Amino acid sequence: MNNVRVIPRLDIKGPNLVKGIHLEGLRVLGKPEDFARYYYEYGADELFFQDVVASLYERNSLHDIISRTARNMFIPLTVGGGLRTIDDIKQVLRAGADKVSLNTAAIRNPQLVRDAAQKFGSSTIVVAIEAIKQPDGRYLAFVDNGREETGVEVVTWAKKAEELGAGEILITSVDREGTAEGFDLNLIKKVADVVHIPVIAHGGAGSLQNIAEAITIGNASALAIASIFHYASMGKVLADSDHEEGNTTFLRSGKRFGIINPSDITQVKEYLKISHIPCRPI
Amino acid sequence: MTIKVAIVDYGLGNLFSINQACQQAGLSSFITSDADIISTADALILPGVGAFGDAMNSLKANNLVAPIYNFVQTGKPFMGICLGMQLLFSQSEEFGQHEGLNLIKGQIVRFPETNREGESIRVPQIQWNQIACPENQSWQNSVLKDIPEGTYMHFVHSYYAVPYNVEDILSLSEYEGIKYASAVMKDNITGIQYHPEKSAGQGIKIYQNWAHFIKNKSY
Repeated sequence: MNNVRVIPRLDIKGPNLVKGIHLEGLRVLGKPEDFARYYYEYGADELFFQDVVASLYERNSLHDIISRTARNMFIPLTVGGGLRTIDDIKQVLRAGADKVSLNTAAIRNPQLVRDAAQKFGSSTIVVAIEAIKQPDGRYLAFVDNGREETGVEVVTWAKKAEELGAGEILITSVDREGTAEGFDLNLIKKVADVVHIPVIAHGGAGSLQNIAEAITIGNASALAIASIFHYASMGKVLADSDHEEGNTTFLRSGKRFGIINPSDITQVKEYLKISHIPCRPI
Repeated sequence: MTIKVAIVDYGLGNLFSINQACQQAGLSSFITSDADIISTADALILPGVGAFGDAMNSLKANNLVAPIYNFVQTGKPFMGICLGMQLLFSQSEEFGQHEGLNLIKGQIVRFPETNREGESIRVPQIQWNQIACPENQSWQNSVLKDIPEGTYMHFVHSYYAVPYNVEDILSLSEYEGIKYASAVMKDNITGIQYHPEKSAGQGIKIYQNWAHFIKNKSY
Protein backbone atom coordinates (compact mmCIF):
# COMPACT_ATOMS: atom_id res chain seq x y z
CA MET A 1 0.00 0.00 0.00
CA ASN A 2 1.23 3.50 -0.76
CA ASN A 3 1.60 6.24 1.79
CA VAL A 4 -1.75 7.91 2.24
CA ARG A 5 -1.77 11.69 1.98
CA VAL A 6 -3.66 13.74 4.53
CA ILE A 7 -4.81 16.98 2.91
CA PRO A 8 -6.55 19.75 4.85
CA ARG A 9 -9.07 21.38 2.56
CA LEU A 10 -9.63 25.11 2.89
CA ASP A 11 -12.83 26.51 1.41
CA ILE A 12 -12.38 30.22 0.86
CA LYS A 13 -14.85 33.01 0.26
CA GLY A 14 -13.33 36.44 -0.21
CA PRO A 15 -10.65 36.87 2.47
CA ASN A 16 -12.12 34.22 4.79
CA LEU A 17 -11.86 30.53 5.50
CA VAL A 18 -15.44 29.28 5.53
CA LYS A 19 -17.24 26.03 6.10
CA GLY A 20 -20.75 25.01 5.19
CA ILE A 21 -22.89 21.92 5.05
CA HIS A 22 -23.60 20.31 1.66
CA LEU A 23 -21.40 23.16 0.33
CA GLU A 24 -24.03 25.70 1.51
CA GLY A 25 -24.64 27.89 4.57
CA LEU A 26 -21.11 29.18 4.86
CA ARG A 27 -19.73 30.24 8.21
CA VAL A 28 -16.55 32.25 8.65
CA LEU A 29 -13.89 30.36 10.61
CA GLY A 30 -10.88 32.64 10.25
CA LYS A 31 -8.11 33.60 7.88
CA PRO A 32 -7.02 30.91 5.40
CA GLU A 33 -3.35 31.90 5.67
CA ASP A 34 -3.35 31.29 9.44
CA PHE A 35 -4.93 27.87 9.10
CA ALA A 36 -2.66 26.94 6.19
CA ARG A 37 0.42 27.86 8.20
CA TYR A 38 -0.82 25.86 11.17
CA TYR A 39 -1.53 22.78 9.06
CA TYR A 40 1.85 23.05 7.33
CA GLU A 41 3.65 23.12 10.66
CA TYR A 42 1.61 20.27 12.07
CA GLY A 43 2.15 17.65 9.40
CA ALA A 44 -0.17 18.30 6.45
CA ASP A 45 1.06 16.40 3.38
CA GLU A 46 -0.52 18.89 0.99
CA LEU A 47 -3.04 21.73 1.12
CA PHE A 48 -6.13 22.16 -1.01
CA PHE A 49 -7.59 25.65 -1.53
CA GLN A 50 -11.03 26.03 -3.04
CA ASP A 51 -12.59 29.37 -3.94
CA VAL A 52 -16.19 28.36 -3.20
CA VAL A 53 -17.88 31.24 -4.95
CA ALA A 54 -15.51 31.55 -7.91
CA SER A 55 -17.48 29.46 -10.37
CA LEU A 56 -20.61 31.40 -9.58
CA TYR A 57 -18.85 34.71 -10.24
CA GLU A 58 -16.70 33.16 -12.99
CA ARG A 59 -13.41 34.16 -11.45
CA ASN A 60 -10.88 32.77 -9.03
CA SER A 61 -9.74 35.30 -6.46
CA LEU A 62 -7.17 33.21 -4.63
CA HIS A 63 -4.04 34.59 -6.35
CA ASP A 64 -3.11 36.87 -3.46
CA ILE A 65 -3.77 34.26 -0.80
CA ILE A 66 -1.78 31.69 -2.76
CA SER A 67 1.19 33.92 -3.46
CA ARG A 68 1.40 34.91 0.21
CA THR A 69 1.00 31.31 1.37
CA ALA A 70 3.29 29.66 -1.17
CA ARG A 71 6.20 31.92 -0.29
CA ASN A 72 7.10 30.07 2.88
CA MET A 73 5.28 26.77 2.65
CA PHE A 74 7.14 23.89 1.10
CA ILE A 75 4.44 21.29 0.46
CA PRO A 76 2.20 20.88 -2.60
CA LEU A 77 -0.65 23.37 -2.93
CA THR A 78 -3.70 22.69 -5.08
CA VAL A 79 -6.05 25.50 -6.09
CA GLY A 80 -9.57 25.16 -7.44
CA GLY A 81 -12.58 27.28 -8.19
CA GLY A 82 -13.58 29.15 -11.32
CA LEU A 83 -10.64 28.09 -13.48
CA ARG A 84 -11.98 28.03 -17.03
CA THR A 85 -9.09 28.53 -19.43
CA ILE A 86 -5.45 27.59 -19.93
CA ASP A 87 -4.61 31.17 -19.07
CA ASP A 88 -6.54 30.98 -15.75
CA ILE A 89 -4.54 27.87 -14.88
CA LYS A 90 -1.26 29.49 -15.86
CA GLN A 91 -2.00 32.42 -13.57
CA VAL A 92 -2.64 30.37 -10.43
CA LEU A 93 0.42 28.23 -11.16
CA ARG A 94 2.46 31.43 -11.51
CA ALA A 95 1.06 32.61 -8.18
CA GLY A 96 2.60 29.52 -6.60
CA ALA A 97 0.06 26.70 -6.90
CA ASP A 98 1.48 23.28 -7.81
CA LYS A 99 -1.75 21.77 -9.03
CA VAL A 100 -5.13 22.98 -10.15
CA SER A 101 -8.51 21.42 -9.56
CA LEU A 102 -11.06 21.60 -12.37
CA ASN A 103 -14.76 20.84 -11.99
CA THR A 104 -17.33 23.05 -13.71
CA ALA A 105 -15.12 23.96 -16.68
CA ALA A 106 -13.94 20.36 -17.09
CA ILE A 107 -17.47 18.99 -17.43
CA ARG A 108 -18.62 21.79 -19.72
CA ASN A 109 -15.46 21.64 -21.82
CA PRO A 110 -13.63 18.28 -21.41
CA GLN A 111 -11.05 19.41 -23.99
CA LEU A 112 -9.74 21.80 -21.32
CA VAL A 113 -8.56 18.79 -19.28
CA ARG A 114 -6.71 17.37 -22.30
CA ASP A 115 -5.14 20.70 -23.23
CA ALA A 116 -4.16 21.48 -19.64
CA ALA A 117 -2.66 18.02 -19.08
CA GLN A 118 -0.64 18.37 -22.26
CA LYS A 119 0.56 21.85 -21.43
CA PHE A 120 1.24 21.55 -17.71
CA GLY A 121 1.61 17.78 -17.24
CA SER A 122 -1.00 15.32 -16.00
CA SER A 123 0.26 15.51 -12.44
CA THR A 124 -0.69 19.21 -12.35
CA ILE A 125 -4.35 18.53 -13.18
CA VAL A 126 -6.86 17.32 -10.60
CA VAL A 127 -10.40 16.74 -11.81
CA ALA A 128 -12.86 17.37 -8.98
CA ILE A 129 -16.22 15.65 -9.12
CA GLU A 130 -19.13 16.74 -6.93
CA ALA A 131 -21.48 13.78 -6.61
CA ILE A 132 -25.07 13.69 -5.43
CA LYS A 133 -26.76 10.34 -4.96
CA GLN A 134 -30.06 9.97 -6.83
CA PRO A 135 -33.16 8.13 -5.57
CA ASP A 136 -32.39 5.33 -8.06
CA GLY A 137 -28.95 4.88 -6.48
CA ARG A 138 -26.93 6.45 -9.28
CA TYR A 139 -24.44 9.21 -8.57
CA LEU A 140 -24.66 12.29 -10.76
CA ALA A 141 -22.03 15.00 -11.12
CA PHE A 142 -22.99 18.53 -10.13
CA VAL A 143 -21.22 21.80 -10.85
CA ASP A 144 -21.06 25.32 -9.44
CA ASN A 145 -20.33 24.01 -5.98
CA GLY A 146 -23.13 21.45 -5.91
CA ARG A 147 -25.75 23.85 -7.24
CA GLU A 148 -26.31 22.66 -10.77
CA GLU A 149 -27.02 19.21 -12.15
CA THR A 150 -25.23 18.05 -15.28
CA GLY A 151 -26.87 14.68 -15.89
CA VAL A 152 -23.37 13.21 -16.16
CA GLU A 153 -22.91 9.91 -14.36
CA VAL A 154 -19.98 10.11 -11.89
CA VAL A 155 -18.16 6.84 -12.61
CA THR A 156 -18.34 7.38 -16.38
CA TRP A 157 -17.02 10.90 -15.96
CA ALA A 158 -14.17 9.78 -13.71
CA LYS A 159 -13.05 7.26 -16.31
CA LYS A 160 -13.31 9.90 -19.04
CA ALA A 161 -11.31 12.39 -16.96
CA GLU A 162 -8.52 9.84 -16.63
CA GLU A 163 -8.51 9.26 -20.39
CA LEU A 164 -8.35 13.02 -20.97
CA GLY A 165 -5.16 13.13 -18.93
CA ALA A 166 -6.15 14.07 -15.37
CA GLY A 167 -3.46 13.08 -12.87
CA GLU A 168 -5.83 12.70 -9.92
CA ILE A 169 -9.53 12.63 -9.12
CA LEU A 170 -11.00 14.43 -6.12
CA ILE A 171 -14.38 12.90 -5.38
CA THR A 172 -16.76 14.89 -3.18
CA SER A 173 -19.97 13.53 -1.76
CA VAL A 174 -22.14 16.65 -1.63
CA ASP A 175 -24.68 14.66 0.41
CA ARG A 176 -22.11 14.12 3.16
CA GLU A 177 -20.07 17.32 2.82
CA GLY A 178 -19.86 19.26 6.09
CA THR A 179 -22.00 16.73 7.97
CA ALA A 180 -19.21 14.61 9.52
CA GLU A 181 -21.52 11.65 8.97
CA GLY A 182 -18.69 9.79 7.31
CA PHE A 183 -17.26 9.46 3.81
CA ASP A 184 -19.57 7.79 1.29
CA LEU A 185 -17.44 4.65 1.01
CA ASN A 186 -19.55 3.19 -1.77
CA LEU A 187 -19.07 6.28 -3.94
CA ILE A 188 -15.34 6.44 -3.27
CA LYS A 189 -14.83 2.76 -4.03
CA LYS A 190 -16.82 2.95 -7.27
CA VAL A 191 -14.59 5.74 -8.53
CA ALA A 192 -11.29 4.41 -7.15
CA ASP A 193 -11.84 0.96 -8.64
CA VAL A 194 -12.53 2.23 -12.14
CA VAL A 195 -9.48 4.53 -12.55
CA HIS A 196 -5.73 3.90 -12.35
CA ILE A 197 -4.82 7.35 -11.08
CA PRO A 198 -4.89 8.38 -7.41
CA VAL A 199 -8.27 9.26 -5.92
CA ILE A 200 -8.71 11.80 -3.13
CA ALA A 201 -11.72 11.16 -0.89
CA HIS A 202 -13.66 14.24 0.20
CA GLY A 203 -16.93 15.04 1.87
CA GLY A 204 -18.15 13.95 5.24
CA ALA A 205 -14.97 12.78 6.99
CA GLY A 206 -16.38 11.54 10.27
CA SER A 207 -14.95 9.24 12.89
CA LEU A 208 -11.32 8.14 12.78
CA GLN A 209 -12.56 4.67 11.88
CA ASN A 210 -14.52 6.04 8.92
CA ILE A 211 -11.46 8.00 7.75
CA ALA A 212 -9.41 4.79 7.77
CA GLU A 213 -12.18 2.98 5.88
CA ALA A 214 -11.98 5.51 3.03
CA ILE A 215 -8.60 3.86 2.39
CA THR A 216 -9.23 0.23 3.34
CA ILE A 217 -12.75 -0.07 1.90
CA GLY A 218 -12.97 2.93 -0.45
CA ASN A 219 -9.47 2.34 -1.93
CA ALA A 220 -8.72 6.07 -1.89
CA SER A 221 -5.09 7.23 -2.06
CA ALA A 222 -5.57 10.46 -0.15
CA LEU A 223 -7.95 12.19 2.24
CA ALA A 224 -9.23 15.75 1.92
CA ILE A 225 -10.56 16.86 5.28
CA ALA A 226 -12.05 20.19 6.31
CA SER A 227 -14.47 20.48 9.23
CA ILE A 228 -12.89 18.11 11.72
CA PHE A 229 -9.48 19.75 11.24
CA HIS A 230 -10.81 23.30 11.23
CA TYR A 231 -12.85 22.81 14.39
CA ALA A 232 -9.88 21.14 16.10
CA SER A 233 -7.64 24.06 15.13
CA MET A 234 -9.83 27.09 15.73
CA GLY A 235 -8.63 27.71 19.26
CA LYS A 236 -4.98 27.19 18.32
CA VAL A 237 -4.74 29.23 15.14
CA LEU A 238 -3.90 32.86 15.79
CA ALA A 239 -7.05 34.39 17.19
CA ASP A 240 -7.42 37.39 14.97
CA SER A 241 -10.96 38.68 14.72
CA ASP A 242 -10.36 41.15 11.94
CA HIS A 243 -13.10 39.82 9.68
CA GLU A 244 -15.23 42.40 8.03
CA GLU A 245 -16.90 40.30 5.37
CA GLY A 246 -19.19 37.31 5.63
CA ASN A 247 -21.24 35.60 8.26
CA THR A 248 -19.08 36.02 11.37
CA THR A 249 -21.81 35.56 13.98
CA PHE A 250 -20.74 31.99 14.48
CA LEU A 251 -17.09 32.92 14.82
CA ARG A 252 -17.82 35.62 17.38
CA SER A 253 -20.13 33.37 19.36
CA GLY A 254 -17.20 31.15 20.33
CA LYS A 255 -19.44 28.12 19.81
CA ARG A 256 -18.44 24.91 18.16
CA PHE A 257 -20.41 22.99 15.60
CA GLY A 258 -22.17 20.40 17.78
CA ILE A 259 -22.12 17.17 15.81
CA ILE A 260 -18.53 17.40 14.65
CA ASN A 261 -15.96 15.55 16.69
CA PRO A 262 -12.76 17.45 15.97
CA SER A 263 -9.46 15.64 15.41
CA ASP A 264 -6.12 17.11 14.43
CA ILE A 265 -3.69 15.81 11.81
CA THR A 266 -1.60 14.02 14.44
CA GLN A 267 -4.61 12.09 15.71
CA VAL A 268 -5.64 11.09 12.20
CA LYS A 269 -2.13 9.94 11.31
CA GLU A 270 -1.76 8.03 14.57
CA TYR A 271 -5.04 6.27 13.90
CA LEU A 272 -3.96 5.41 10.35
CA LYS A 273 -0.75 3.99 11.79
CA ILE A 274 -2.48 1.71 14.29
CA SER A 275 -4.80 0.64 11.46
CA HIS A 276 -1.68 -0.45 9.50
CA ILE A 277 -2.25 2.23 6.86
CA PRO A 278 1.12 3.76 5.95
CA CYS A 279 1.55 7.53 5.82
CA ARG A 280 4.33 10.05 6.26
CA PRO A 281 4.89 10.40 10.00
CA ILE A 282 4.77 13.85 11.53
CA MET B 1 29.20 36.79 -1.05
CA THR B 2 26.12 36.53 -3.22
CA ILE B 3 25.67 33.18 -4.86
CA LYS B 4 23.85 33.40 -8.15
CA VAL B 5 21.76 30.42 -9.11
CA ALA B 6 20.13 30.36 -12.53
CA ILE B 7 16.92 28.40 -12.89
CA VAL B 8 16.47 27.47 -16.54
CA ASP B 9 13.17 28.73 -17.91
CA TYR B 10 12.10 26.82 -21.00
CA GLY B 11 8.37 27.24 -20.56
CA LEU B 12 7.78 24.14 -18.45
CA GLY B 13 7.48 23.51 -14.77
CA ASN B 14 6.69 25.31 -11.60
CA LEU B 15 9.65 27.61 -11.24
CA PHE B 16 8.08 29.58 -8.43
CA SER B 17 8.56 26.98 -5.71
CA ILE B 18 12.13 26.14 -6.72
CA ASN B 19 12.95 29.83 -6.68
CA GLN B 20 11.39 30.19 -3.21
CA ALA B 21 13.28 27.17 -1.88
CA CYS B 22 16.61 28.53 -3.19
CA GLN B 23 15.97 31.85 -1.50
CA GLN B 24 14.99 30.10 1.71
CA ALA B 25 18.42 28.41 1.57
CA GLY B 26 20.15 31.79 1.20
CA LEU B 27 20.81 31.56 -2.52
CA SER B 28 20.28 34.47 -4.84
CA SER B 29 18.25 32.67 -7.47
CA PHE B 30 16.61 33.92 -10.62
CA ILE B 31 14.66 32.48 -13.52
CA THR B 32 16.18 32.92 -16.97
CA SER B 33 16.36 31.57 -20.50
CA ASP B 34 19.28 33.81 -21.48
CA ALA B 35 22.45 31.88 -22.39
CA ASP B 36 24.78 34.70 -21.35
CA ILE B 37 23.19 35.04 -17.93
CA ILE B 38 23.33 31.27 -17.46
CA SER B 39 27.05 31.25 -18.20
CA THR B 40 27.77 33.81 -15.47
CA ALA B 41 25.80 31.96 -12.76
CA ASP B 42 27.56 30.12 -9.93
CA ALA B 43 25.18 27.18 -10.19
CA LEU B 44 22.42 26.00 -12.47
CA ILE B 45 19.08 24.27 -11.93
CA LEU B 46 17.14 22.45 -14.64
CA PRO B 47 13.51 22.12 -13.48
CA GLY B 48 10.55 20.64 -15.33
CA VAL B 49 7.22 18.88 -15.20
CA GLY B 50 5.34 17.32 -18.08
CA ALA B 51 6.50 15.18 -20.96
CA PHE B 52 10.12 14.33 -21.78
CA GLY B 53 9.86 14.85 -25.54
CA ASP B 54 8.15 18.22 -25.21
CA ALA B 55 10.78 19.33 -22.72
CA MET B 56 13.73 18.38 -24.95
CA ASN B 57 12.06 20.06 -27.92
CA SER B 58 11.50 23.14 -25.83
CA LEU B 59 15.14 23.22 -24.66
CA LYS B 60 16.23 22.97 -28.29
CA ALA B 61 13.73 25.56 -29.54
CA ASN B 62 15.00 27.99 -26.88
CA ASN B 63 18.64 27.27 -27.82
CA LEU B 64 19.36 26.11 -24.29
CA VAL B 65 21.07 22.76 -24.91
CA ALA B 66 24.51 24.20 -25.75
CA PRO B 67 24.49 26.66 -22.80
CA ILE B 68 23.71 23.75 -20.46
CA TYR B 69 26.56 21.61 -21.87
CA ASN B 70 28.93 24.57 -21.64
CA PHE B 71 27.92 25.20 -18.06
CA VAL B 72 28.42 21.56 -17.05
CA GLN B 73 31.91 21.59 -18.62
CA THR B 74 33.00 24.43 -16.36
CA GLY B 75 32.58 22.07 -13.42
CA LYS B 76 30.17 24.40 -11.61
CA PRO B 77 27.29 22.73 -9.71
CA PHE B 78 24.35 21.66 -11.83
CA MET B 79 21.12 20.13 -10.51
CA GLY B 80 18.17 18.62 -12.37
CA ILE B 81 14.88 18.26 -10.52
CA CYS B 82 11.94 15.97 -11.38
CA LEU B 83 11.65 15.97 -15.20
CA GLY B 84 14.89 18.01 -15.14
CA MET B 85 16.56 14.97 -13.56
CA GLN B 86 15.18 12.66 -16.23
CA LEU B 87 16.46 14.96 -19.00
CA LEU B 88 20.03 14.31 -17.77
CA PHE B 89 19.77 10.75 -19.09
CA SER B 90 20.48 9.28 -22.51
CA GLN B 91 16.93 8.59 -23.65
CA SER B 92 13.31 8.09 -22.64
CA GLU B 93 10.55 5.82 -23.85
CA GLU B 94 7.85 8.42 -22.99
CA PHE B 95 5.47 8.64 -26.01
CA GLY B 96 8.06 7.07 -28.33
CA GLN B 97 11.84 7.20 -28.04
CA HIS B 98 13.44 10.55 -27.25
CA GLU B 99 17.08 11.49 -26.85
CA GLY B 100 18.01 13.27 -23.64
CA LEU B 101 21.04 15.36 -22.65
CA ASN B 102 23.09 12.15 -22.18
CA LEU B 103 25.05 13.63 -19.26
CA ILE B 104 24.30 10.48 -17.27
CA LYS B 105 24.11 7.14 -19.08
CA GLY B 106 20.76 5.45 -18.73
CA GLN B 107 17.13 5.13 -19.72
CA ILE B 108 13.86 6.64 -18.55
CA VAL B 109 11.08 4.04 -18.42
CA ARG B 110 7.44 4.02 -17.34
CA PHE B 111 6.07 2.33 -14.24
CA PRO B 112 4.34 -0.84 -15.44
CA GLU B 113 0.55 -1.23 -15.43
CA THR B 114 0.60 -4.00 -12.82
CA ASN B 115 2.84 -5.04 -9.98
CA ARG B 116 4.32 -8.49 -9.39
CA GLU B 117 1.10 -9.64 -7.75
CA GLY B 118 -0.76 -8.69 -10.92
CA GLU B 119 -2.57 -5.80 -9.21
CA SER B 120 -3.03 -2.62 -11.14
CA ILE B 121 -0.64 0.20 -10.20
CA ARG B 122 -1.77 3.79 -9.81
CA VAL B 123 0.32 6.04 -12.05
CA PRO B 124 1.49 8.74 -11.49
CA GLN B 125 3.04 7.88 -8.16
CA ILE B 126 1.88 10.74 -5.98
CA GLN B 127 2.96 10.32 -2.39
CA TRP B 128 5.54 11.05 0.26
CA ASN B 129 8.00 8.19 -0.19
CA GLN B 130 11.19 7.22 1.59
CA ILE B 131 14.74 7.50 0.30
CA ALA B 132 17.51 5.00 1.07
CA CYS B 133 21.26 5.09 0.57
CA PRO B 134 22.58 2.40 -1.83
CA GLU B 135 25.25 -0.01 -0.56
CA ASN B 136 28.79 1.30 -1.03
CA GLN B 137 27.43 4.82 -1.34
CA SER B 138 27.61 7.64 1.19
CA TRP B 139 25.56 10.81 1.44
CA GLN B 140 28.25 12.71 3.32
CA ASN B 141 29.61 14.34 0.16
CA SER B 142 26.28 15.05 -1.45
CA VAL B 143 23.17 17.20 -1.17
CA LEU B 144 21.74 14.50 1.12
CA LYS B 145 24.39 15.09 3.81
CA ASP B 146 22.95 14.65 7.34
CA ILE B 147 19.52 13.69 6.02
CA PRO B 148 18.47 10.49 7.81
CA GLU B 149 17.94 7.33 5.77
CA GLY B 150 14.25 6.67 5.35
CA THR B 151 13.33 10.36 5.24
CA TYR B 152 10.08 11.02 3.40
CA MET B 153 10.19 13.21 0.31
CA HIS B 154 7.37 14.28 -2.00
CA PHE B 155 7.19 12.33 -5.27
CA VAL B 156 5.08 12.96 -8.36
CA HIS B 157 6.07 10.99 -11.46
CA SER B 158 5.03 8.31 -13.95
CA TYR B 159 8.49 7.50 -15.35
CA TYR B 160 11.71 6.62 -13.55
CA ALA B 161 15.40 6.51 -14.30
CA VAL B 162 17.46 3.38 -14.86
CA PRO B 163 21.14 4.46 -14.77
CA TYR B 164 23.61 2.14 -16.53
CA ASN B 165 26.28 2.75 -13.89
CA VAL B 166 25.14 1.89 -10.39
CA GLU B 167 27.79 4.17 -8.91
CA ASP B 168 25.80 7.15 -10.25
CA ILE B 169 22.87 6.27 -7.95
CA LEU B 170 22.63 8.56 -4.94
CA SER B 171 19.32 7.44 -3.44
CA LEU B 172 16.92 4.57 -3.96
CA SER B 173 13.17 4.48 -3.49
CA GLU B 174 10.56 1.81 -3.97
CA TYR B 175 7.18 2.01 -5.65
CA GLU B 176 4.90 -1.02 -5.99
CA GLY B 177 7.81 -3.39 -5.50
CA ILE B 178 10.07 -1.61 -7.99
CA LYS B 179 13.31 -0.34 -6.48
CA TYR B 180 14.64 2.52 -8.55
CA ALA B 181 17.10 5.43 -8.57
CA SER B 182 15.35 8.43 -7.01
CA ALA B 183 18.49 10.59 -7.06
CA VAL B 184 21.74 10.43 -9.01
CA MET B 185 25.10 12.15 -8.77
CA LYS B 186 28.03 12.26 -11.15
CA ASP B 187 30.88 14.75 -10.72
CA ASN B 188 29.28 18.22 -10.57
CA ILE B 189 25.86 16.93 -11.65
CA THR B 190 23.07 16.04 -9.21
CA GLY B 191 19.68 14.77 -10.30
CA ILE B 192 16.67 14.46 -7.98
CA GLN B 193 13.44 12.77 -9.00
CA TYR B 194 11.45 13.96 -5.98
CA HIS B 195 10.58 17.56 -5.18
CA PRO B 196 12.83 18.85 -2.38
CA GLU B 197 11.07 22.23 -2.68
CA LYS B 198 7.81 20.42 -1.78
CA SER B 199 9.22 18.17 0.93
CA ALA B 200 9.04 20.53 3.91
CA GLY B 201 12.07 20.93 6.20
CA GLN B 202 14.18 17.98 5.00
CA GLY B 203 13.66 19.08 1.41
CA ILE B 204 14.89 22.59 2.18
CA LYS B 205 17.91 20.94 3.84
CA ILE B 206 18.85 19.62 0.36
CA TYR B 207 18.93 23.18 -0.97
CA GLN B 208 20.90 24.30 2.10
CA ASN B 209 23.46 21.52 1.57
CA TRP B 210 23.77 22.50 -2.07
CA ALA B 211 24.18 26.17 -1.10
CA HIS B 212 26.96 25.18 1.31
CA PHE B 213 28.68 23.22 -1.45
CA ILE B 214 28.45 26.06 -3.96
CA LYS B 215 29.97 28.42 -1.40
CA ASN B 216 32.67 26.18 0.06
CA LYS B 217 33.33 23.65 -2.74
CA SER B 218 32.68 20.91 -0.21
CA TYR B 219 29.65 19.49 1.55
